[in-house]
Amino acid sequence: MKKAAFILILCIGLLLAWAAKDFPSWGDPQSPASSSPVASHFIANTGVDTEVPNMVTAVLADYRGFDTMFETVVVFIAGLAVFSILRGGPKNRTRDREFVVDFEPDLIVTNTVRLIVPVIQIFALYVLAHGHVSPGGGFQGGVAMGASFILIALSWDLKTALARFPIERCFTVAALGIVIYAGIGLLSLFLGGEFLDYAHLAKIFPVSPEMARYHAMLGVEIGVGFTVTAIMFALYASLSTDGRMRDGL
Amino acid sequence: MFEDGSIFNQLLVERLNYFIYVVLLLIGLWAMIAKNNLIKKLIGMSIFQTAIILFYVSIGVKEGATIPIYLPEHDPHGSHAQLDSNQTDLLSHGAKVLEASAVPNYTNPLPHVLMLTAIVVGVATLGLALSVCLRIYRGYGTVEEDELLEKLEREDSRKAGGSNKRRPRRRTPANKGGTAGQSKRGQTTEKTKSDKPTPRRRQASKSRTKTNGPAKEQPKSSNKENDKTKPVKRRRPAKKPKEDES
Repeated sequence: MKKAAFILILCIGLLLAWAAKDFPSWGDPQSPASSSPVASHFIANTGVDTEVPNMVTAVLADYRGFDTMFETVVVFIAGLAVFSILRGGPKNRTRDREFVVDFEPDLIVTNTVRLIVPVIQIFALYVLAHGHVSPGGGFQGGVAMGASFILIALSWDLKTALARFPIERCFTVAALGIVIYAGIGLLSLFLGGEFLDYAHLAKIFPVSPEMARYHAMLGVEIGVGFTVTAIMFALYASLSTDGRMRDGL
Repeated sequence: MFEDGSIFNQLLVERLNYFIYVVLLLIGLWAMIAKNNLIKKLIGMSIFQTAIILFYVSIGVKEGATIPIYLPEHDPHGSHAQLDSNQTDLLSHGAKVLEASAVPNYTNPLPHVLMLTAIVVGVATLGLALSVCLRIYRGYGTVEEDELLEKLEREDSRKAGGSNKRRPRRRTPANKGGTAGQSKRGQTTEKTKSDKPTPRRRQASKSRTKTNGPAKEQPKSSNKENDKTKPVKRRRPAKKPKEDES
């Protein structure tokens, strides 16, 4: 079995290496990826279409907005699935043998975390809010925000973190994020455009269509940030306690 | 060996990024195919994913270009600030289509966008896979693939025999080598026949052969009491070969 796997992998490796010799060399400006008309279109037109300087965010939240919406839904469903897989099913046998976690939170660690968590959260909000003018966005800001709650859980215990962000609220916030995203899309649908065609939001907000897309992108990123924050923490809380939501790490 | 045009030069000097991606991809694939432990398989899956991400990001590299965020001279709001003194019309400020000569200054934003979402979805799928592993461990007491298959087989034949009560067993250091090495399909029939007393017998042999526990074997009751009174530190006692009530 292992021998067959090794031979298979060797063959795949040789084929891939042989194919790699025909790939464009490192950083070649003439490579298909760098000179494709789609890329040139995005680079040339993002500014005039959306007024957003960060092309990555513009492509993520506007040109490919439908894709990103369902990526967010995937994250939400994954969090929900982890929670229900670990909670439900046949009787959790680890219940009879409680994990005994009896330790004092370390003074140095907790005080450092006490100082550092607000900074992390402010930075996460900055990354989220400036996602369309500088590197950043909803996913990155959301992960940083979720990490701050995980840090609380690691340095005190999960109970302390769950007191600040209960697991039920995690899923409420995550669902709220998707509702924000889909709501902005539906609003532009009702205003006469297509789903997620933010330019039509200019009909109810006193801005130009381009600026409407600019601001709608921020709203969409906030929705993504909500979902990612909540699901990151829910994943940690579920996985570290085997779904029991107490004791654990 | 490394002169221009040779295969080594092409692969290891000009296209080192592809070489690294191939190596990472193979490591991940190897772990997914050949490793026995489900967690190791998941680690392999993550390495595989990293290889793909590296591949995408490295084809997005463009010589002499900057990140896909407009420089101040192309920034719609940068030029807006410049023209603000005589421009009052909101629609006619700043932004215009970038001239073709400026386009090569920016890298392609698409690989970054695709990988951004791929990373987040990767985290979500990894969490899901880990939770499935936890459930498997809860139900069968192992995440080793061959032991799992053996147990499933045994359970199937037990179901065929009538009783379908599942009795999961924790994997312990005492039987670690044994089940993986010798007790393969040959013993399954014997086990299904004498199914009921199996756990007790195994437990007895376990406590006899236990050597890595506390220095002296203690009676069962005092050991349990000890567990309750002694404050256990961060390390979890659940993985230790504790007494099984079943």
